[in-house]
Amino acid sequence: MSSIKHHLNDALLMGYSAGTLPEAFNVVIATHVSLCDECRARLEAFDALGGTLLDDVDEAPMDERSFASCMTRIANADRVPVPAAPVTDLPAPLAAYVGGCLDAVSWRRIGGGVSQAILKTSKSATVRMLRIPGGVEMPDHGHRGTELTLVLRGAFRDEQDRFGPGDIEIANEDHVHHPVAEPGEDCICLAASDAPLRFNTLLPRIAQPFFRI
Amino acid sequence: MTTEQNERLIWVAHVTRIRDHKDEAAFAELFAHFAPRVKAFLMKSGADAGLAEDVAQDVMVTLWKKAHLFDPGRASVSTWIFTVARNRRIDALRREKRPEPEDLGWGPEAEPDQEDIVTFQQESDALAGAIAALPAKQRDLIERAYYGDLSHSEIAAETGLPLGTIKSRIRLALDRLRHAMK
Repeated sequence: MSSIKHHLNDALLMGYSAGTLPEAFNVVIATHVSLCDECRARLEAFDALGGTLLDDVDEAPMDERSFASCMTRIANADRVPVPAAPVTDLPAPLAAYVGGCLDAVSWRRIGGGVSQAILKTSKSATVRMLRIPGGVEMPDHGHRGTELTLVLRGAFRDEQDRFGPGDIEIANEDHVHHPVAEPGEDCICLAASDAPLRFNTLLPRIAQPFFRI
Repeated sequence: MTTEQNERLIWVAHVTRIRDHKDEAAFAELFAHFAPRVKAFLMKSGADAGLAEDVAQDVMVTLWKKAHLFDPGRASVSTWIFTVARNRRIDALRREKRPEPEDLGWGPEAEPDQEDIVTFQQESDALAGAIAALPAKQRDLIERAYYGDLSHSEIAAETGLPLGTIKSRIRLALDRLRHAMK
């Protein structure tokens, strides 16, 4: 776990803490934080910032009957059990979207040996899992918005650096990169984008609307 | 200790009384203090008064049901309630799920000792003081970010906020949990 070198930035942690990011980004951030105690501590510091806002806000009076109605609901409520350790090879927030283990992912081939599985989230951004065979290059692409890529298995390299399990790459619109999976095992990533990817070669560009990549 | 430090520790003790004894008097005091703040927080985030009232009630019921999951070595009661309110807001206003990080499975074996709790709650106070002392412009940006008036691309990548010390304290609490989980 201490081998994670590429972390979330403050803007994303603050947005996640504030609860204003698209669901697709939240999936990637919650998954990274599940693997990275350093980012978990930074995130909870931003939550503490949210707590100070709650301390400072002017009160809005509750209805007279509110407390009684809460007590009625409590009388009928069970305690939430302590969550059991997840029986999955994926971090819990991702397992919830995949519906279990890595084996449960329904992969679809998108060419060049690369497969993807789009996870169901709200439409303001998209998140998908990608499986890239070792040594294979991802299609050349730039970005119109922000793209987050979290490595789950294997590793990839691009012009910036090497990204291994738990590492997250944050790319913006100025960033055209050529990620290549390291030779060896498949590289499995979780990638979210708030704009459709823009491919620089013809064939993927034609395929793009069809495959929603 | 300042009055406010006492207050944070008192709220922690209230949550413990709910957890251990289902103490309705402690809950009534927490409700009187926090429910109107949660309601105001939700209204500032764009909920109308009726929805804010419903969600605030829901947040307080959650507090009762999850009292045994609160870790006072890692969060103040205000912070904990903020996170519950935020998640319910996403659910109620955006009708989206909120993926949360994997729980660290905190249980009795990992319970923080009293000294850790006091230190952490004091640190939460120091943070509140540091935030209050920020220039008005910076505090305004924080409010706009947390009340949903700022997109993530409008938040500066390095926020430069005084969060270093509280982060270190949380990191220690996480190390304690990891150790207990081994």
